[in-house]
Amino acid sequence: MLRRSMLFMPGNNPGMLQTAEVFGSDSIILDLEDAVSLGEKDAARILIKGALKTFNYGTTEVVIRINPFSTPYALEDIDVMARLKPNAILLPKATPEDMKKLDEMLTKIEKEEGFEEGSIRIHALVETTYGVETVYETIKMSSRVDSVCLGGEDLAADLGVARTKDSEELFYARTKVVNACKALKIDAIDTPFTDTNDEAGLLADTIHAKKLGFTGKLSINPRQINTIHKVYSPTADEISWANRVMYAKDEAEKEGLGVFSLDGKMIDAPIITRAMNTLNTARVIGLIK
Amino acid sequence: MKNILGREVPDNIKGYGEVKHYGGYLASKGTKTKRSIKLTNVLPGDEKLHDNLDVVLDKLPLKDGMVVSFHHHLRNGDFVLNMVMEKIAARGYKDITIAASSIFPCHGELVELIEKKVVTSIYAAYISGPVADAISAGKLENPAVMHTHGGRARIMESGDLSIDIAFIAAPTSDDYGNINGVDGKSACGALGYAYTDAETADITVAITDNLVEYPNTTIDIPQTLIDYVVVVDAIGDPNGIVSGTTQITKNPIGLKIANMTTELIKNSGYFKDGMSFQTGAGGVSLAVAADMKAEMIENNIKGSFASGGITGYIVDMYKEGLFKSLFDVQCFDLAAIKSAKENPGHMTMSASMYANADNKGSVVNKLDVVILGATEIDTDFNVNVTTTSDGTIMGGSGGHADTSAGAKLAIIVTQLANSRISAIKDRVTALTTPGETVDVIVTERGIAINPKRTELIERLKETNLPIMTIEQLKDIAEGMTGKPKEVEFTDEIVAVIEYRDGTVLDVVRKAK
Repeated sequence: MLRRSMLFMPGNNPGMLQTAEVFGSDSIILDLEDAVSLGEKDAARILIKGALKTFNYGTTEVVIRINPFSTPYALEDIDVMARLKPNAILLPKATPEDMKKLDEMLTKIEKEEGFEEGSIRIHALVETTYGVETVYETIKMSSRVDSVCLGGEDLAADLGVARTKDSEELFYARTKVVNACKALKIDAIDTPFTDTNDEAGLLADTIHAKKLGFTGKLSINPRQINTIHKVYSPTADEISWANRVMYAKDEAEKEGLGVFSLDGKMIDAPIITRAMNTLNTARVIGLIK
Repeated sequence: MKNILGREVPDNIKGYGEVKHYGGYLASKGTKTKRSIKLTNVLPGDEKLHDNLDVVLDKLPLKDGMVVSFHHHLRNGDFVLNMVMEKIAARGYKDITIAASSIFPCHGELVELIEKKVVTSIYAAYISGPVADAISAGKLENPAVMHTHGGRARIMESGDLSIDIAFIAAPTSDDYGNINGVDGKSACGALGYAYTDAETADITVAITDNLVEYPNTTIDIPQTLIDYVVVVDAIGDPNGIVSGTTQITKNPIGLKIANMTTELIKNSGYFKDGMSFQTGAGGVSLAVAADMKAEMIENNIKGSFASGGITGYIVDMYKEGLFKSLFDVQCFDLAAIKSAKENPGHMTMSASMYANADNKGSVVNKLDVVILGATEIDTDFNVNVTTTSDGTIMGGSGGHADTSAGAKLAIIVTQLANSRISAIKDRVTALTTPGETVDVIVTERGIAINPKRTELIERLKETNLPIMTIEQLKDIAEGMTGKPKEVEFTDEIVAVIEYRDGTVLDVVRKAK
């Protein structure tokens, strides 16, 4: 599925749970962790349970961020939430060990509930130095993993450095995460941009992350979605180029040519794949019919 | 009887009289006659100026049952209405009718006068706060008459309501009654509603806290319409008169609605050179203005005029050349007041010129696009901005029904469901604006176009906008909130909702 944006929504806010999908993010992350105070963990579970039974979130991917295994809440979070059959669980402070535990629990619950095995997917939130160093192993630990999300704030704290606007301190983590994701053909989701009033900063940060290979971005405010989508959606020029590639490919096939060129450049399989991906994305988000 | 909108409205209402039932938004067209106004000569050497309100009141033909008018440009900072009514009450007069263009929470002192039967009738285009609560509770002797801004001008010009004495809050005046609203410590900008009062009342009293030497060099209301000038310490509280700045909403839902509205306007066929536009001062309205500004710049669109209550955002668009001119009936913020003083293209206008249906053409008739709000909408596109869902009065039409009737594209923006309340109902609790004049409803989850606007439906089919029927929107809302329980009402009518032509759209009954 297309996962340009993943929007956090507090699990203890009924109004936000009611409107979670209207901002058009590709995924919504109903949060049981940071957004929910210790005294409200139970209430948030009940609210999310009610929301998933009541509201129709349409085609938006519904992800639930549980509390980390290092807290007393994780086991109950998983036991209650997995039985609601969300699209995915977001595992915070992801490590290979925790991923194994989560995968086993989900398999057990799926059996008990009669869900198809592997139907509850996992997103791994990498936000510790250990998590960064072991990201490849973490992904390999479960076939349920659809993406790695980078958590820059916690990671900077673990690194003992300050977060900066240009995220220079995250360069290594960003490229390492992207590389692991690309190697295992899953989505790489960048850290949120935390200044919700700085639209220009968000735009620059998203463009930079896209250049590094990220396929989408976490978001902490609905007002950020349009900007993120602007970066991760094909432009009119890109769609036009992709159409021309596909037309040239069809013409070359008619003429029995295995190799062909466009605008003086050789077109090979990876370029055709890129063009097809561009057109698919444009189709999914309604830019073309 | 049930009127053509399906609302149960009696033919005769106690304390209001015979009802002219609503017959369609253009049904009252034809030739009209203006009321003749009493005029007393002011002769050479006569003094209009007094430094004491009591002295002026001594000169006025006060009587039980008289009709006095006030205007609301000082908004929630107005001192004048309370100041005058307190003195009238102290003199023992009863059964007074107040014709105020709007009543705000600052006018809460009126409740006691209502309870003591000093005030027994109220006419207004908008009522909120304690007075609205008192009316809703059935404390006012006669039903309040809630008209539109244009309807107020019409009712005064026609003589359907004859104003005995108009009290004009004058931010600046000279001793002969040349008034403006743009100077002085209580500056409020345009004086559009007051102009109509001054023109139609038998006697007019200007109350000012900023007396300047004759002649006042900026004149909004001229000396020819003013009988008396009185100087007081303060006519209002600047903090309540205007806000420093009005703010674009930061609510993501509001922003999404604004984005969708702008996209709709862009694809509506009205987004072109020469377009005219009106929007309010609410956060979503301002977000639409901000989006429209960006789109007009990007597409090199130059508008004709923007109108209504003017805000700093609209002034910015004017200054950037996106609108050739502004028509302003009331200023909403300091930037608008400053602009009304400085910019020749920022024109103030009377309420009659703005929105009266019974003149030779009001500004609303020249509007292309208007953005309006709603408390409730029903599946016939009827809109309620008069009451809350529990039937309590909390507002009123203002220019809602006027602009909706006049504009080529009337867009209602509203959140579809707010916690447990759906905005779309089978039947609105009170009907303020008839659905036949409403073109589009924009909510965060979808857009409904009035089925009568077939050409608009066709035009918008090709866009990515989530167009659906209003029934589909209602189903989505009720899927989230459930079907709201109907509020139960008594038979007692506490307010009559008049359309701009003086026919009755609906009544507000006292809730059980």
